[in-house]
Amino acid sequence: MIEMKNVHKEYSNGVIAVDDLSVNIDAGEFVYIVGASGAGKSSFIKMMYREELATKGDVLIEGKNVTDMKQKEVPFLRRNIGVIFQDFKLLPRLTAFENVAFALEVIEESPKKINKRVLEVLEMVGLKSKARFLPNQLSGGEQQRVAIARAIVNNPKVVIADEPTGNLDPETSWEIMQIFEEINTRGTTIVMATHSQEIVNKLRKRVIAMENGQIVRDEHRGEYGYEA
Amino acid sequence: MKLSTMRRHVREGTKNIVRNSWMTVASVGAVTTTLVLVGIFLALMFNLNQLAENIENEAQMKVYVERTAEDQDIQALEKQINEISEISEMEFSSKEEELEGLISDMGESGDQWELFEQFNPLNDAFNIKTYEPEQLAGVASQIEQMDNVEEVNYMKDVVDRLIAFNDIARWIGIIFIGALLLTAIFLISNTIKMTIIARQTEIGIMKLVGAKNSFIRWPFFVEGALMGVLGSIIPIAVVAGGYFYLYNQFANKIPIPFFELLPANPFIWQISGILLGIGVVIGIWGSVMSVRKFLRV
Ligand SMILES: Nc1ncnc2c1ncn2[C@@H]1O[C@H](COP(=O)(O)OP(=O)(O)OP(=O)(O)O)[C@@H](O)[C@H]1O
Ligand SMILES: [Mg+2]
Repeated sequence: MIEMKNVHKEYSNGVIAVDDLSVNIDAGEFVYIVGASGAGKSSFIKMMYREELATKGDVLIEGKNVTDMKQKEVPFLRRNIGVIFQDFKLLPRLTAFENVAFALEVIEESPKKINKRVLEVLEMVGLKSKARFLPNQLSGGEQQRVAIARAIVNNPKVVIADEPTGNLDPETSWEIMQIFEEINTRGTTIVMATHSQEIVNKLRKRVIAMENGQIVRDEHRGEYGYEA
Repeated sequence: MKLSTMRRHVREGTKNIVRNSWMTVASVGAVTTTLVLVGIFLALMFNLNQLAENIENEAQMKVYVERTAEDQDIQALEKQINEISEISEMEFSSKEEELEGLISDMGESGDQWELFEQFNPLNDAFNIKTYEPEQLAGVASQIEQMDNVEEVNYMKDVVDRLIAFNDIARWIGIIFIGALLLTAIFLISNTIKMTIIARQTEIGIMKLVGAKNSFIRWPFFVEGALMGVLGSIIPIAVVAGGYFYLYNQFANKIPIPFFELLPANPFIWQISGILLGIGVVIGIWGSVMSVRKFLRV
């Protein structure tokens, strides 16, 4: 599903964020990316959906090389990848429903299908009753549910989350993790960067630990591994 | 493009215009000023060109016979001229007829010329037409060589001078209007830039969820085009309305030979179409400039 071969990422200011990294992630896996701040987790993830370009090496998603992909193909790559951030990135003027629908509108889905599908995913993340609320009328956890709904509304094969619980209290984080677990159970691959030792140690999954842009540990049903 | 998509682009583009209202007013104002001037300039240029063309098409010349020529000299000259094959029509006009023509051309002020009936200072003349206006010059130079010809006059001089004048007027107009057009384009592109900056988050999310680049760009083109359309409303009203009024007031009353205003219908429709077209083009141009520069997709 996701294949990285000798990937380097050097930013224009000379910082090397990812250094000769190779990894395979199979379809349906659930993978945590852990590591200290600045280890290169976000950079690693960003190359998967081509937010950043690898300076060397190949990044393949479903066998397709993302690095030398034509500009025109990028939107279609992203339709297969749902992305979730720590800060939710919702549009403040749109309701929960509209925020989710937005993702389908801009890829020109038919209005009828949009309506049906948005209600479906809002139901799945447990937010159907607050569909008409604006983001500032929702709690952090609820806003993250909207963001998750938006990420999965187009049935992507991969969901990438960069510290999705970073802004949430432990209890809410746990609720959010249940949703990820549910999405994963339905067959979607999940890659999640996180600093939460509690989550990693409790909901055991594959753990890829990074240090200085390299993978220093890769364990199935692994542990967080060190004090954060 | 799907109908629902098209509707969305128009809706978003219109929203941008409303949201950016002050910038929009400035841009639309610049387009308006520019197009009013463009319209007046074009109306003038079209009519002047028409004048030049009318004169040019009038394939006519006048051959003045020397005052010393006797009747048989004139007949000989007539015969000689008649042999030139490019001539389609030829008519003799005696100096008395010339004077009459002159007096009636002058209208009111022609009265004072009646004094000259006692002593007529004019020449006998031949009015000659050629089949084609391009033949005038050749025919004129042939006739100039003949005996008893004092002068051959045709409209070439006037046409040349008019064309030269048109050229100068056109260049001044183009430079002046070009500067105004650039200002309008610049203001539009600046307004679009503001919209792009204001919608940065939204654009980021669109890219993230896989909107096509063209999809992201369209609303900005719509916004630019709309500013162009809004900016062309007043100019169309002013120029087309003004021309219609002038035409009804003055057509056929202008005492310049060969000069006739282009008929209001279809001219006002044509000029309205041109102004609207220019408005839309500079609107889209302005947005293309900003989209290229500030919308990294
Ligand atoms: N756009 C950028 N330009 C230049 N350097 C960058 C850029 N983004 C990240 N870096 C640098 O690359 C290195 C890795 O950053 P990255 O964001 O990938 O780390 P991270 O593991 O996600 O950290 P955190 O846990 O704090 O989110 C850091 O040294 C950072 O300063
Ligand atoms: Mg990070």
